[in-house]
Amino acid sequence: MTTDIVIDSVTKEFRIHDQQAKSIKERFISMGRSSYSEFLALDDVSFEVPRGSTVGLLGHNGSGKSTLLKCVAGTLRPNKGSIRFEGRLAALLELGAGFHPDLTGRENIYLNGSIMGMSSRQVDRIFDDVVAFSELSAFIDQQVKYYSSGMYSRLGFAMAVNVDPEILLIDEVLAVGDEAFARKCLDRIDQFQDAGTTILFVSHSVELARELCDQIAVLDAGRLVAFGDPNDAVRAYRASLHERGASSAGDSGVIAASGEVKLVESSVELPDEGRDWIRTDEILKIHATYEVAARLDDIVFAVAFHDQRGTLVHSTNSTVMGTEITEVHGRVRVTYSLAAVPLLFGSYDISLGAHTRSGGYLYSQEDAVMRFDIGESSDAEGIVEMPITVAVRESD
Amino acid sequence: MNESQHESREPAPRPAPRRSVSNDEAPSILQRLSAIWSYRELLGNLTRKELKVKYKNSVLGFLWSLLNPLLYLIVFSVVFQEILRTDIPTYAIFLLSGLLVWNLFSTGLSAATASIVMNASLVQKVWFPREVLPLSSIGAALVHFFLQTIVLATSMVVLRHAPSPTAMLLIIPAVICVLLILSGLGVLLSALNVKLRDIQHLLELVLLAWFWFTPIVYEYLPIEERLGSWSWLAFINPVLPIVMVFQKALYNPEPGVALPDEDLLWYFRNLGFSAAAGIVLIIVGFTMFGRMEADLAEEI
Repeated sequence: MTTDIVIDSVTKEFRIHDQQAKSIKERFISMGRSSYSEFLALDDVSFEVPRGSTVGLLGHNGSGKSTLLKCVAGTLRPNKGSIRFEGRLAALLELGAGFHPDLTGRENIYLNGSIMGMSSRQVDRIFDDVVAFSELSAFIDQQVKYYSSGMYSRLGFAMAVNVDPEILLIDEVLAVGDEAFARKCLDRIDQFQDAGTTILFVSHSVELARELCDQIAVLDAGRLVAFGDPNDAVRAYRASLHERGASSAGDSGVIAASGEVKLVESSVELPDEGRDWIRTDEILKIHATYEVAARLDDIVFAVAFHDQRGTLVHSTNSTVMGTEITEVHGRVRVTYSLAAVPLLFGSYDISLGAHTRSGGYLYSQEDAVMRFDIGESSDAEGIVEMPITVAVRESD
Repeated sequence: MNESQHESREPAPRPAPRRSVSNDEAPSILQRLSAIWSYRELLGNLTRKELKVKYKNSVLGFLWSLLNPLLYLIVFSVVFQEILRTDIPTYAIFLLSGLLVWNLFSTGLSAATASIVMNASLVQKVWFPREVLPLSSIGAALVHFFLQTIVLATSMVVLRHAPSPTAMLLIIPAVICVLLILSGLGVLLSALNVKLRDIQHLLELVLLAWFWFTPIVYEYLPIEERLGSWSWLAFINPVLPIVMVFQKALYNPEPGVALPDEDLLWYFRNLGFSAAAGIVLIIVGFTMFGRMEADLAEEI
């Protein structure tokens, strides 16, 4: 039986020794003088991970994400506050952390299993699954020092996901192996979610976090700056990045939104005032009002739609739609009109942006500023409503 | 396809349940011991790992464990019997019977002291009761100890030297005593060594002095004669009663040779000192370890 993970005003302070005094002589010489400075890695962080849900941790480098995860895993102990939970916990802080290079893959599986608190009979039962998942059956009796780093990580992940934890901590480890293996890992995480595993997940990838998480916590310099709905949290994360002068769309290498173009108002116009949802065949209008501070002749307005798992449904811009903007200045009203919305039942997020034609300079980006609901569609599954028919007849 | 496989098979085994600990309360000794007990399989596996890794890629492998006492046997026999002309009869057996258990003590303690620093990457990344590391080093030393008895047993057969069957009964309590002392001291030093790396170097010197102050290459009787009514002072050394039990049982001397002419009860009572020392060391060692544990991953 698991409970929520309750993270209650956790504070973690590291002492950074100027040069860590390790010998008696050094201790003696530096006695009485404090030769360290303090670094607050976590500053009074509190939130709860509800049982069976997935919570993502976002934050720039050094924001304290990994420290928090290590505190939950128990390798670090907070200076103040407490972390309470009950249940079997598996931590994927670093894949293959317990592997010994001189032992074979097989020996390491058993050693690693017992590090996680399993008996050898229990490891016997999962052994075949671990080997199959890692795709290393040909190398399992070789010493792991001869493994490539990808093989090493694969074995580590295979081990971790086969122990059926009630609580799973994941730290950026999905960036291993080829795309196919990464996909396999994500599928396995999906299965964990379906099985009701509580997951705390650290990531640099906003898209991945949005796809996987029910809620997202954002850390900035050790403080919790946002917690809750993924879209709101992602906005807060972008804002915290922006404040630091980093690129809000740093992933794609574009330059930061600069402020000369500002979205002041946006709205969704539904065909029927009486309902807050639309049907697939109805007309949808999206209005955006920008304040353009300078005279700009190189500008493109863009719109994107994401479903609730963060999958991009459609992304386009004024140039793609065949409208060249010669020059804008002052208050600019942009209206996107959709003659039909061929999407299936569900909620969809609208993101708005403005950038140069080359895409190299970002004037403005607002992720998931609005949402609309498709309230009626066919019972088909997926995202897109396809105009599909079927004919069945007996041949002869 | 993969999915259906997962659903059809029996539920996967699970890691041991764990209740989170906050900073407020450090677990008591009993909680610590029960946590170690639930990780006993890890203790076994780490011990096995240590043994495997030690002689991996070496041709002679475990034979190296036997060569150490064999070398001592030859060198000390030559020096003491042929050069210093000791009057201890069948000196080889006398030496080995004490040396055997001393080797267990000294190799176990050195390995335990270095164990946490040696396994830094593990300590930083995975949670498990850290005491398991020094304890598994002691486990590995115990295995070597059993291997080395082969050398002693062989020499006894070759030299047709019979042990004392009644005193042999004390061997098991003596081994338990040495394990108690080792565990307490080893666990304590392993954590101290993280804070102060000098510990492991200092320990080498201390063990050297400790070895020569313990009657292993020479006999106990001269100490008793020298100290007279103060001879209880010698028993401050908790290893002494253990060594003497081994000598009594395996060397099994004629009355008046090498060991005091006392009955087995006297030896057994002395073992009581060692056991008491061991228990005190365990309480102190594990308590201190608990205090330092929180910072281990950071300071390593």
